[in-house]
Amino acid sequence: MSSVEAVRKQVLVSASAERAFRVFTAEIDRWWPRAHHIGTSPLKRAVLEPRAGGRWYALCEDGSECDTGKVLTWDPPRRLVLGWQITAQWKFDPSFLTEVEVTFTPNGPKKTLVQLEHRNLERFGLEAAELRKAIDSPEGWGMLLAKYAEVADAEGGPR
Amino acid sequence: MANAAQCFAALGDPTRRRIFERLSRHPMSVGTLASGLTVTRPAVSQHLKVLRSAGLVAERTEGTRHVYRLDPRGVQVMQAYLERFWSQALAAFVKAANEEDEA
Repeated sequence: MSSVEAVRKQVLVSASAERAFRVFTAEIDRWWPRAHHIGTSPLKRAVLEPRAGGRWYALCEDGSECDTGKVLTWDPPRRLVLGWQITAQWKFDPSFLTEVEVTFTPNGPKKTLVQLEHRNLERFGLEAAELRKAIDSPEGWGMLLAKYAEVADAEGGPR
Repeated sequence: MANAAQCFAALGDPTRRRIFERLSRHPMSVGTLASGLTVTRPAVSQHLKVLRSAGLVAERTEGTRHVYRLDPRGVQVMQAYLERFWSQALAAFVKAANEEDEA
């Protein structure tokens, strides 16, 4: 299957990179959308464990936990790479991996440009065996930052 | 052609999700699909119709058999879905990050 264009977004926040990074990670529950929960029980709290290898999951009202993925790169306050491990079948699968990279770049006093890229989307269409091959392959995506120029300006910038 | 809401609705049914999962392993005929499920063959056909109209599966005729497989366009729908998902999520993130600044 051919490559699928990565999803790229950027927003400008009125906060230092440190604060923006913290709100994105430790305080993810303050902003994570409730409507996109995959579990059978309502979402109680979104959790992102603040360390490399940490889990990224949802705590449900019934006490169950639904994994979204894990923290692949933990480099505060500039860079974060998360593994999004929910398949096209809407299930957590540890052998499935797409990456969400988030960078935090200071842009003036108390302003930070936050850029997000969700890549490897072609893997949603691959079968498990092909998928493992793709994950092990040294190529794939990367070098896509130049494409940021095309991204339309931030929705919801500072007012 | 598929849209994300249709895909979501189509996969919202557990039997359809199982059909979709089984087809993600390899293409199958209606009969083969039905033999591994607790629903009748006409019911499987009905579910396949919904999955097809959502753009998630495609059909091919081999002699007298109808063989179903996943439709790669479903992947494009996932992309569109994530596009919207992240727009919404980041708008909420901006609000949270900015709010704290005013506090």
